[in-house]
Amino acid sequence: MTIKNQIKKSFLVSLWFMFLTFPILVIQVNTVENVIKWRWLNMIGVGIGSFFLSILWRYMLEKRPEKGKQTKKYQLFFLNNILHEKKIFFPVIILLSLFVLCFPYIFSMYQTNIMISALIYVMMGLGLNIVIGLAGLLDLGYVAFFAVGAYSYALLNYHYGLIFWIALPLGGILALIFGVILGYPVLRLRGDYLAIVTLGFGEIIRLVLENWNDFSFGPSGISNIPKPCFLGIDLSLQGTTKYLFYIIVGMVALTIFVTNRLQNSRIGRAWIALKDDEIACQAMGINKGKTKLRAFGLGAMWAGMGGVIFAAKTTFINPASFTIWESVIILCTVVLGGMGSITGVVLGALLLILLPEYLRAFSEFRMIIFGAVLVLMMVFRPGGIIKNVRRIYKFDPILEKNSVKNEVNS
Amino acid sequence: MKSILKVKNLTMNFGGLRALHNLNISINKKEIAALIGPNGAGKTTFFNCITGIYKPSNGDILISPKGNNEKINGLKPNIITKKGLARTFQNIRLFTSMTALENIMVGCHCVTKAGVIGAILNNKSTKAEERLIIEKSYFILKELGLEIYVNELVTSLPYGAQKRLEIARALATEPFLLLLDEPAAGLNPQETNELDELILKIREQNDISILLIEHDMKLVMSLSDNIHVVDYGKKIGEGTPKEIRNNPAVIKAYLGEEVV
Ligand SMILES: Nc1ncnc2c1ncn2[C@@H]1O[C@H](COP(=O)(O)OP(=O)(O)OP(=O)(O)O)[C@@H](O)[C@H]1O
Ligand SMILES: [Mg+2]
Repeated sequence: MTIKNQIKKSFLVSLWFMFLTFPILVIQVNTVENVIKWRWLNMIGVGIGSFFLSILWRYMLEKRPEKGKQTKKYQLFFLNNILHEKKIFFPVIILLSLFVLCFPYIFSMYQTNIMISALIYVMMGLGLNIVIGLAGLLDLGYVAFFAVGAYSYALLNYHYGLIFWIALPLGGILALIFGVILGYPVLRLRGDYLAIVTLGFGEIIRLVLENWNDFSFGPSGISNIPKPCFLGIDLSLQGTTKYLFYIIVGMVALTIFVTNRLQNSRIGRAWIALKDDEIACQAMGINKGKTKLRAFGLGAMWAGMGGVIFAAKTTFINPASFTIWESVIILCTVVLGGMGSITGVVLGALLLILLPEYLRAFSEFRMIIFGAVLVLMMVFRPGGIIKNVRRIYKFDPILEKNSVKNEVNS
Repeated sequence: MKSILKVKNLTMNFGGLRALHNLNISINKKEIAALIGPNGAGKTTFFNCITGIYKPSNGDILISPKGNNEKINGLKPNIITKKGLARTFQNIRLFTSMTALENIMVGCHCVTKAGVIGAILNNKSTKAEERLIIEKSYFILKELGLEIYVNELVTSLPYGAQKRLEIARALATEPFLLLLDEPAAGLNPQETNELDELILKIREQNDISILLIEHDMKLVMSLSDNIHVVDYGKKIGEGTPKEIRNNPAVIKAYLGEEVV
């Protein structure tokens, strides 16, 4: 398209916007004095503003990389390259871990608490990344497994006095079992159908928790859930917060470690194959059902453990914490961060959870910003903030077969 | 000659449409056979039936890689692949978010067995197996002349290379019978000639049988030991390239009534 054409279109857009905003931004009726105030300046502002935004939009669209070339260009994206360079990778990791270790001592308890919630989301994002990013199964009921984890700690503690450290793996295992139970009937479904069924499952779990008073204490929830104790010593409030922070950091590290190992394994490749092409995947001798169940179960497990930590952090849970909205946020962290990319999901979750906390001033506009960011992302970076890059295998051409060098990066 | 695949009275109905009608085909060990026929004759449907993607309405599919007949109709596609039937697709179906090497590594799935625990712990046996997968995949990649694309995403490969990569991926499953659905479609004459040599080489090096669907008659005539002709789901001829060339029924199916 020619520039002239673009300008013409932008002009039309600005006219349209002026027309649309005319009633609210231009006419102001003063009902007391019964006079109409015409604010023509606003109209000019809207016109000029929308004209330039439209031009900018068109320019960005033009500049957007072509579909075919996209992959190459994304691979050149600096973050990816930096993260894959060993010389830079290790110092970055060391600095990052130092920062994380000092975090509760540098920042206030309030900040630490926010960070704990954000890290719980990171953990769940990484878990959901297995299901959606790797295996391509659109799961909208992910929060159900979070609830399973949280309630298993709360109830087991209430009835049997189970401590946190036993509940943590147990919550994970229970969520895993639930994941497999949900996975079984939906094995044949894909895409939209799967999304609807999982959505329903998430709601069922929530409704059961809300209405089965004898079991889950209904909407009033369960309170006085103990925080984790450290070698039997009761810590101060500040102490437990720090302690909980290190626990969740450890869990996130474990999640990253495990998902990283998984995604470059035989199992992980089967997941990606399943996502890319179900028929070809089966034709490669991969058991479709088993592969899906594995993804569902292993994804759910992290949500379950996240739930246990969540219950321990808030000391009070009720079904209101496990609404569909939570599933949507976790899904957004994965999509925004970059499906299948671990760094991307970590970044996405931190951004999505931390930014709203620190931008309280804009809380009225939160949903608008949220929506706009997602739309812009889908248009300009459909792969997410950090697109997943496949592992590079290096082969020595001289020594050939016996010296397969296996560059570790992911 | 020992036959490794015997298809008896295979019938496939799609609602009222009978795509395959009492088809009998048998493939011998180390043979290159071709399945030809006009568009819509049911060739791809035949592949889909014997690889388990469709469940045939009637008939028997028997394999005997080691001399003992085994019925495989109704089995799931992944089981059939494990038993040694590998295929390519008429429309390329590669795993688009993976690199060329990884596509072949997926093909190694059914001949390896590392599980979740192994993958997480990355213990000795998993490491050894992973190494084996990488070496084997790279070896196949080289065998098909694709080593320059090793770490490229498959979407950035030229069309011909993608077609060859599909064959490579199928070979990684270690089949005794390789099924190729129109391997030469969309290739230029030079690439088709190379394909001719490649298929012969694959048979020799892997010691397998090959059944190919193909419209390129030059390729079919020069490669095949045996040709099966289908039309409207029915078998109308079988024989060596020479016999097929002079078979009146085949000529009629391909060229229409008037010529005969
Ligand atoms: N899943 C299906 N459902 C209904 N009809 C089908 C299905 N698959 C194939 N058919 C029909 O079966 C017939 C044979 O199709 P098939 O794809 O096997 O032909 P083909 O010999 O491979 O043709 P071509 O040379 O064009 O690839 C066609 O009439 C087709 O429309
Ligand atoms: Mg076909």
